[in-house]
Amino acid sequence: MLNEYFSSVDLLVLKPAILLTLFAIGVLLTDLMLEPEQKYLNAVMALAGVGFAAYSLGPWPLGLQHQMGMAGADALEAFRGAVIVDSFGIYFMWLFLIAAALSILISIRYLEIEGEHRGEYYAIMLLATVGMMILAIGMDLITLFMGLELMVISIYILTGYLRRDRRSNEAALKYLLLGAFSSGILLYGMSLLYGLSGSTDLRIIASSISQRPAGDPLVLIAVITICGGLFFKIGAVPFHQWLPDAYEGAPHCVTAFMSVGPKAAAFALLIRMFLVPLASVRDVWLPLVIGVAIATMTIGNLAAITQSNVKRMLGYSAISHAGYMLLGIVSGNENGLKGIMIYLMVYAFMNLGAMAVIVAMRRKDIIGDEIDDFAGLVYKSPTAAVLMLIFLLSLAGIPPTAGFIGKYFIFLSLIETGHYGLAVVAVLYVAVSLYYYFQIVTSMFTREATDNVVPALSPGIRLALGVSLAMTLFIGLYPNPIIEVAGNTVASILR
Amino acid sequence: MVPLSYYLVLSAILFSLGVAGFIFKRNLVTLFMSVELMLNAVNLSFVALSYYFRQLDGQIFVFFVMVVAAAEAAVGLAIIISVFRNRQTLNVDEISRLKL
Amino acid sequence: MYEILFFVFAAAAVGFAINLLVQRHPIYSAISLIGVMASLASLYLMLGAEFIAAVQVIVYAGAIMVLFVFVIMLLNAGVEERTNRSRMAKQLGAPLVVLLLGLLTSLVYRNFPPDAAVRFGDFPGQTADIGRRLYIYYMLPFEVVSILILVAIVGAVVLAKKET
Repeated sequence: MLNEYFSSVDLLVLKPAILLTLFAIGVLLTDLMLEPEQKYLNAVMALAGVGFAAYSLGPWPLGLQHQMGMAGADALEAFRGAVIVDSFGIYFMWLFLIAAALSILISIRYLEIEGEHRGEYYAIMLLATVGMMILAIGMDLITLFMGLELMVISIYILTGYLRRDRRSNEAALKYLLLGAFSSGILLYGMSLLYGLSGSTDLRIIASSISQRPAGDPLVLIAVITICGGLFFKIGAVPFHQWLPDAYEGAPHCVTAFMSVGPKAAAFALLIRMFLVPLASVRDVWLPLVIGVAIATMTIGNLAAITQSNVKRMLGYSAISHAGYMLLGIVSGNENGLKGIMIYLMVYAFMNLGAMAVIVAMRRKDIIGDEIDDFAGLVYKSPTAAVLMLIFLLSLAGIPPTAGFIGKYFIFLSLIETGHYGLAVVAVLYVAVSLYYYFQIVTSMFTREATDNVVPALSPGIRLALGVSLAMTLFIGLYPNPIIEVAGNTVASILR
Repeated sequence: MVPLSYYLVLSAILFSLGVAGFIFKRNLVTLFMSVELMLNAVNLSFVALSYYFRQLDGQIFVFFVMVVAAAEAAVGLAIIISVFRNRQTLNVDEISRLKL
Repeated sequence: MYEILFFVFAAAAVGFAINLLVQRHPIYSAISLIGVMASLASLYLMLGAEFIAAVQVIVYAGAIMVLFVFVIMLLNAGVEERTNRSRMAKQLGAPLVVLLLGLLTSLVYRNFPPDAAVRFGDFPGQTADIGRRLYIYYMLPFEVVSILILVAIVGAVVLAKKET
């Protein structure tokens, strides 16, 4: 009887998400028994959850990848086609687990300083990761919508986590109002897709849309509303206003998390929507995406120049990075998509690394996120200054750091598909971005220190910085493994 | 015998009114209610389309949208309360960071 | 008969929605929204969606709107002030909204098959069928709902709890 509802494949596919949920509930329960000075154990438990989830995902016995290899399956369908696990989904699941693990590591000390060290924080972060995973593997509008809402509602809560901080709860309010509004628009688009096909399955929608006459106005509104909702979620112009405020107002460690995990998840959704249901109407959305990509790079890079707050600057730089990644969708060939995949993974390491340095700057009574706070950092803590330099170089895309590899593939794909103008614009904006990243660098290396409060490198932050640094340099110097993995991923989605 | 498109037009009208509310209203709680109005409009098109296709997927989608609306309202109103505690105002324009 | 009922409830829904926009006190807006929801519930019944109609009244108008009214009372929200920016929003937003309204309604009206008519009591689906479909085809989103509600409960407590 139960077989009518569940199959063993369903459980196998969902194991990482189930483990994360169980550990999240575990954190909520054990938190009640912990003394205030033992609260770091919540983080340990959350990390254990991420570890178990990673184990159940990986290429080792009992792991999902291992069992897929044993069965010789490229892709597993589960829940009657509501989800499909292919190398695309698995790549993103790894990305989310890495983002969650590194964010948990840098959160411990920050929350202690803020005096808000409670288990709920870690539980909600794990549950947000569950939402992202479902977003990466969903093949059905309802499943995707639920995964998306689980993710964004968790992030609203984390953004407003510091109740006493005005910046934090106003940022959460702005994010939530605009987020709910954009979800409404996305939903209207989804209702039109349902109206065009009579189904919520992306593949059936794809075949119905491809049979519509060219220039069908209903398809046009569906594309516009869906794009509006998706562009909001990735923070593309003209739906970007929430992003700098949310990045600046959120607790540092949440900024780190939301700039990496949810952003990658939103891109997973965007790629899925553009390449499956909307693939046959590429002519309709291509001009839209090109315009938005140019506007996004322009506003992101130019507005970043005038910022004096490092988190806000990284917020605008996140907008511009979204613009570069949209260019990969514009070219839409194998190298372009490969570029987006590599870019997202690399961005996770370099941005989390840079955010980890900013988190280390947060000490008692010093918020430490203004450019002036970085003055003379090299004299106070050479390690932190050099690490920040490397991460900023990588964000700008200078070889031999990892950031170069992502940009390289995207620019290559633009040239392959004959978008020379776009390639030139994108390269010019890399030069602009160097300018504002170097505002931080000059502040760190050439200015006098205004105080002698040394950044606090706790063990968790050290570990996170070490991993980020290692991966930023490793991918930059020896990119072959990730290029190969990204190639498989793209092959699985283009199939 | 009402044509199906009447229902969809009603849904489009309500959706536009929701968008109008989101742009014009200045009270945080009312802004939120405008978003709820948009979601209700979308629900009406789902139910109407579900009738048109003679199957239940649209109605099930509405069921999920309602759950999401409830969760969003709970979290959103909690955030509004914590903003109000710090600010003592519900006007969007007085909350400087909220340049909507 | 059904045409008359449709137009009565459609007019009620639009009227209440406009009232939501026009009223300046949030509590009147909230009550107008309840009116919209009740009219929509009647329309759902005419479309053969008994379950959704019931849930609309119980969950939407009952639970969610009570939460709104509760917050309005708790924060003692007064009449909304007119500020400078809201006048600017009117000038920029009004044409935008009119454009949206015109575009959506005309396109939707022209492009959906005009022959598809709605007859009362003509829908084959039953509430039991919804349950069956929900548990067989939409098992995963249904489970995600449980996590989502957990997140919402924990989040509301975390955000709105008084300082200890």
